[in-house]
Amino acid sequence: MHGIRKAFGATQALAGVDLRVEAGQILALVGENGAGKSTLMKVLSGAHLPDAGGMELDGVPYRPRTPNEARQAGVAMIYQELALAPHLSVAENILLGMEPVRYGFTRRSAMRQKAVEALRQLGRADLAPDTLVESLPIADRQLVEIARAVAVGCRLLVLDEPTSSLTHDDIRHLFALVRRLKEQGHAIVYISHFLEEVKAISDRFTVLRDGQSVGEGETPFTPTSRLIELMVGREVKDLYPRSPRVPGDVVLEVTELAGQGKPVRASLALRKGEVLGLAGLVGAGRTELLRAVFGLAAVRRGTVRVGAHVGAASPARRWAQGVGMVSEDRKTEGLALTLSVTDNTTLSRLQGLGPLGLVLPGRQAEATRRWIDALQIKCRDPHQPVGDLSGGNQQKVAVGRLLHHDVDVLLLDEPTRGIDVGSKAQIYRVIDDLAARGKAILMVSSYLPELLGVCDRVAVMCRGELQPARPVGDLDEHRIMAEATGAA
Amino acid sequence: MNAWIKKLGPLIGLVFVFALFAVLRPQKFPTMDNLEIMLLQTAVVGTAALGMTMIIISGGIDLSVGSQVALCTVTLSLLLNAGWTPLAAALGAVAIGAGCGALIGTLITRLRLSPFIVTLGMWGALRGAAKGLANETMVVTPPTWLNKLLNAVSAEHKWMLVPPGVWMTVVLALVVAVLLRYTRQGRHIFAIGSNEQTARLCGVSVERTKLTVYMLASCFAALAGVLQYSYLTVGDPTTANGMELDVIAAVVIGGGSLAGGQGSVLGSLIGALIMTAVANGCTKMDLPNWVQEIVTGLIIIAAVALDRLRQKKE
Repeated sequence: MHGIRKAFGATQALAGVDLRVEAGQILALVGENGAGKSTLMKVLSGAHLPDAGGMELDGVPYRPRTPNEARQAGVAMIYQELALAPHLSVAENILLGMEPVRYGFTRRSAMRQKAVEALRQLGRADLAPDTLVESLPIADRQLVEIARAVAVGCRLLVLDEPTSSLTHDDIRHLFALVRRLKEQGHAIVYISHFLEEVKAISDRFTVLRDGQSVGEGETPFTPTSRLIELMVGREVKDLYPRSPRVPGDVVLEVTELAGQGKPVRASLALRKGEVLGLAGLVGAGRTELLRAVFGLAAVRRGTVRVGAHVGAASPARRWAQGVGMVSEDRKTEGLALTLSVTDNTTLSRLQGLGPLGLVLPGRQAEATRRWIDALQIKCRDPHQPVGDLSGGNQQKVAVGRLLHHDVDVLLLDEPTRGIDVGSKAQIYRVIDDLAARGKAILMVSSYLPELLGVCDRVAVMCRGELQPARPVGDLDEHRIMAEATGAA
Repeated sequence: MNAWIKKLGPLIGLVFVFALFAVLRPQKFPTMDNLEIMLLQTAVVGTAALGMTMIIISGGIDLSVGSQVALCTVTLSLLLNAGWTPLAAALGAVAIGAGCGALIGTLITRLRLSPFIVTLGMWGALRGAAKGLANETMVVTPPTWLNKLLNAVSAEHKWMLVPPGVWMTVVLALVVAVLLRYTRQGRHIFAIGSNEQTARLCGVSVERTKLTVYMLASCFAALAGVLQYSYLTVGDPTTANGMELDVIAAVVIGGGSLAGGQGSVLGSLIGALIMTAVANGCTKMDLPNWVQEIVTGLIIIAAVALDRLRQKKE
């Protein structure tokens, strides 16, 4: 691809991008959210037509007008949100749209055979082709999606943030699979926010910033700090700021808490003016713990004390007690995407925004503007639907809600997942600032450098059991992983 | 800019329909008398559409509106015949409506059934109840002032401009518009329709809000029933058959989204007016009923298609 340009209205999404990937090579495409990665890949896979520039595939001009044309030419896109039909079987999904047909009827045996072939190519002949996709774990669904690309004979695969919802084990399997595809001569474009992954899997990289390719090179010979510099266009100093923090009274105390399933047993004490991190594998029960504390999940045993309050919890009560939560899944739970930035920010506390208990949109917007400025949320105006914003800015809105409510205890579930480095830095600054001002923060994260950088203490959860919290000074990534995997 | 187009879209549609018929039938369509008639014809559907707007914004649907209207004309008539004063009988009918809404809302929130299924069931059950109460015939009632709610304004009451029933719809519309736009309850309804999980996360009591919405909506359906009675002057268990679809269409033409989170009172009223204008205009053009039905159907599809197109462009 060379000199690719694409504009949407007045926004120049791509302003001249060059990209090259060879057969048997894994190219990492990195860049902040909004840098143009998705747009570029949509051009590559036929979902958008470029305004200028050209593409060649195997030395032949390539200009797909639809995703289907791209697929037929051998280019397949594996999106973050998996595009499978959950009620159909593995085989039906793999061959969806290209079912072998005779006399107008699908040939089930031929279909199964082709599916098995594709799965074998991926080294997963054990996956039964008749299984319904809805009964598969997310990692296997991803595999089905990849098998679908392989079954049509695609030679260029684009993986967009493939690990964002996978566990460590699944990621290992995925990497093995990607390497296998590489050895079979496939070309792979790998998009990820996780620079460790990029380092681990890719041969070469291309960095996008503001719609332009600003750097490329061989991954093994490039330090991570250089990648970050290229991505943000400046040196990142103090990604994790740390103001003096003075731990105060215990504001949240969880004693022997057990939920339906997970957590099995969890006790913790969170003080004013500290950030307590919850580490652990995906599925260890950290999210469930936060939800139980916040009243979104049932408590089977144990108690949660917030300040002087003990007893049944509901989100409404928790907000009233000065506790707020940022959900790990901003699209399905964290934000109402069709509503405005203003509505999303003020939803939990609409009181005091007008006389007689009324809610005046002007006052609402005024209250929101303060947080738009403080968090540098990029939006046209406060009434813009939050779904129009980039992931990082959406997440800032979710955090802004807690600031608007002026809560004392913040429950943050993966607050920086899937967002760009700039937004991450912003959120770290906010967390630090809040802690310095005496707020208490309980934060779940699967990204260990972040936990070690932001938190004062970290507790590890393993199979639903929460280990005692320890100061970050006594911990490093290896010890956390050892505890999280139950090896310690 | 775009927000304005969205708000003005239905209005432009109404002006267009109006101008079209005004040009085609200048003597018959744009007269004061005919305007008044069109407002009268819109009052019933418009009142019911107020409730439906709230329901659709909250992400729900109510297929039983027509049956509720019929049930209310019947109960109102029976109460009148039992010697109740007109006002008490009307309030009694509204209370029955509130009861229906409470039942629907409880079934939806407690049993976690989809609103479509619950109200599909109620569509049949309430119609049956109306027929049972009325012994499957019309309930004839003595004339009272209720019958004059939708009478054309007489010469000595010219100061009223439009009949009291139309004023009632206008006042209720203002109340609902303020409720939706300027109260916590209203913002909560939008939030639930846009993303129920987010609403729950933010401490909105989703179940209670939904219950309130269905109860209020059924009260509006009952008031629509009072207007319908006023128009019919009898209790008729078979009246308003299929009205739920007109009501839903009015909301959708007015910019309501069946996915929830979108809709406006003004839009829904304009939607109802567009449908009346088309029906009335076609009659004035001496077009048969079936033409008018096809036109109305196409307008519903066109309105939503235009809205989609506009959103895609964005």
